[in-house]
Amino acid sequence: MKTKSILICGVGGQGILTASDLLSDVLLLAGFEVKKSEVHGMSQRGGDVISTVRYGDEVFSPLPSLKETEFILAFEKLEALRNINYLSEKGIMLVNDFEWPPLPVASGLEKYPQDIDAELKKLAGEVVLIPATRLATELGNEKASNVILIGLLASRMDIDRQLWLDVIVRKVPPRFKELNLKAFETGFAFRS
Amino acid sequence: MAKELLSGNEAIARGAYEAGITFASAYPGTPSTEILENVVKYKDVIYAQWGANEKTAMEEALGASFTGARAMVAMKHVGLNVAADPLFSASYIGATGALIIISADDPGMHSSQNEQDNRHYAMAAKIPVLEPVDSQEAKDMMIEAVAISEAYDTPVLIRMTTRTSHSRSAVELRERQTPPVPEYQSDFLKRNLLPGNARRRHVAVEERQKKLAAFSDDFKLNTIRKGKSRVGVVASGISYQYGREVFPEAAFLKLAMPYPFPVNLFRRFAAELDTIYILEENDPIIETFARLAAPDKKIIGKDVFPLLGELSQDAVQASLALKDMTPRFDCNTIPRRPPSLCAGCPHTALFYNLNLQKVYSRGDIGCYTLGALPPLSAMDTCVDMGASITVLLGIEKALAKAGKTIKQVAVIGDSTFFHSGITGLVDIIYNQGQSTVVILDNSITAMTGHQENPGSGTTLMGEEARRIDIVKLVRDGLGLEHTYEVDGYDVKAIKELLKREILRLEPSVIVVRRPCILLYRKAKWSPMGVDSQKCTSCKVCLRLGCPAISTDAYDKAVINATLCSGCGVCAQVCAFKAITFVDEKGLHSNNITLETYLSGGRS
Repeated sequence: MKTKSILICGVGGQGILTASDLLSDVLLLAGFEVKKSEVHGMSQRGGDVISTVRYGDEVFSPLPSLKETEFILAFEKLEALRNINYLSEKGIMLVNDFEWPPLPVASGLEKYPQDIDAELKKLAGEVVLIPATRLATELGNEKASNVILIGLLASRMDIDRQLWLDVIVRKVPPRFKELNLKAFETGFAFRS
Repeated sequence: MAKELLSGNEAIARGAYEAGITFASAYPGTPSTEILENVVKYKDVIYAQWGANEKTAMEEALGASFTGARAMVAMKHVGLNVAADPLFSASYIGATGALIIISADDPGMHSSQNEQDNRHYAMAAKIPVLEPVDSQEAKDMMIEAVAISEAYDTPVLIRMTTRTSHSRSAVELRERQTPPVPEYQSDFLKRNLLPGNARRRHVAVEERQKKLAAFSDDFKLNTIRKGKSRVGVVASGISYQYGREVFPEAAFLKLAMPYPFPVNLFRRFAAELDTIYILEENDPIIETFARLAAPDKKIIGKDVFPLLGELSQDAVQASLALKDMTPRFDCNTIPRRPPSLCAGCPHTALFYNLNLQKVYSRGDIGCYTLGALPPLSAMDTCVDMGASITVLLGIEKALAKAGKTIKQVAVIGDSTFFHSGITGLVDIIYNQGQSTVVILDNSITAMTGHQENPGSGTTLMGEEARRIDIVKLVRDGLGLEHTYEVDGYDVKAIKELLKREILRLEPSVIVVRRPCILLYRKAKWSPMGVDSQKCTSCKVCLRLGCPAISTDAYDKAVINATLCSGCGVCAQVCAFKAITFVDEKGLHSNNITLETYLSGGRS
């Protein structure tokens, strides 16, 4: 199988690295070679965060090429747009319908773009907007939005659903198990 | 065989365990920090510690090696500048027990002030350097490095990069080798580098160089992969992976040990080829040796591939005009998302005051370097670890000679002060400086993810430790009577202390104290809220650069209750008393005392 790429992006503190860890573990269990990359450090202080996962029979670079990724899983809309150049022309953009103004916007120096949805639709093969932050809050914890998004991604990938559930049970702390399983189901069953 | 997805840093730690390392030391720094954080998981069999800086960490590892114990030391690339002194001595001394130095370089400067290539250090100190291509090789190389170190009586440098340190790939886990039992035996001629001894040791180093060059020709991890064309690629580290993406038909020479350069192996590889691409991040080190070894071959290196920043398969393809890199969307048209001080950060009030008082601030390395960014914009210079204090003194003295003064302070964190700030402060006191040093003491090394330091009261291994009190160290130890302590949330007290101490014609220290909000956020603290009737849209609160504060459609300040930690700093800067605590009953009355703010509304 040719190497495939998935890019996960958002804002530091949104659970992006946990999400890409879950995804990598599922792909490894599914029998693929997997490579994952992430950036630590400064970006954790409210900056933008990107993690990339590549998988296939034999994977060399942990980084995707521009215009190559099959899916982008965006935890925030501005970050979806920032990374759109990595998406292939037929690629699918899965986006949390959530705006988090960066500091230059919050402090009034710049404006948050108003036309992100239209721009994404113009550039992506398909765009799915999911109110993951709101749905997670309804489940009782905003932080579960990352697993809701993973659930949505799982519904679009050809991998046994049970593998995802197994990895979630194994990886998350026991006291958050129920919450995260519910979050996964919420994302998996989501229809826009 | 158990297989796990490990980051390069986790793999180095696992390799340390399997290779029988029993001593590990480091100073945290991105992208190297997680190495020791993972080594300490094996604390039953490995002693692991944070050094005060990279120099102390390396010397401690060298001492451990003297006993025959297998020792390692880890640091980020610029840390090796600090540890360069013991590095060069360690090369002459050699290794009784293995001595493995891990340098995590940062091409692209994700979290660093430069992108130096630390392979130069291996060459200058005349020790071998290994570069892994993935996590499996990072683990394997720890085991190989230990064998090389003990067989050739040499320290070994392993060069990681951000991408190998922070990428995950599958690793096979194996059993731990039985480590040697340490026992101290004196070896005066090797370990006391008096000039007479050192001259003999230099002879040994040069002989070792020749043996290592021969070893590199046969090293099992330096591998040739046959190609289907007369094009070849020589690569080390993560660049090898980018090469495999771009040149599927080419022959490959993977240099696990780029130095000493395997001249004969390279010539054998090159003999069958017409064109040779050299892929390496940062400087043309392999390329320089390759051109010398085969001057008649067509070699393509940094004349085509970028010298600056990280490589990637895209960068390689773009350099050769193999791919159209024109973006479909221009990302420069949308707002950037720079990192910022956290909501409730105990450093914010200081930078807000420095900005208001128009003080030149000499910055240092840590979270607080973010005080340089707008709207705080309160850091004029930032050079390297500890340089806030020393640069401050240099500017003061040079201007004084010309009869001039400026309003300036140094700003340094607790961990950086322990690392290399103390000596600078000694210089100020000894040389009769008149400057003010602000030490931001949040009792932890925060930027790299909260590592313990000498002021924390605990060690890396989770043991209770003596806590070194910075105020006592400066006031009682260095004898600086003008040493003051202030709460990081007390805006007015910080303002007045700064005003007074900057004018003082004697040296002074202000210790701004308050633990890091990410560790000590109290759940019971109420968030702040804005009374929009009272808010005049003056936007003074926005000048704090707090990520929880923004404006609504009517230009009134609004506070995000989820992000807000209830530190109360914004309430203190609001002249209209529009900001106060909120709870389930709504906004509190605004007749709140400073004590109430400092205790999160619950005094």
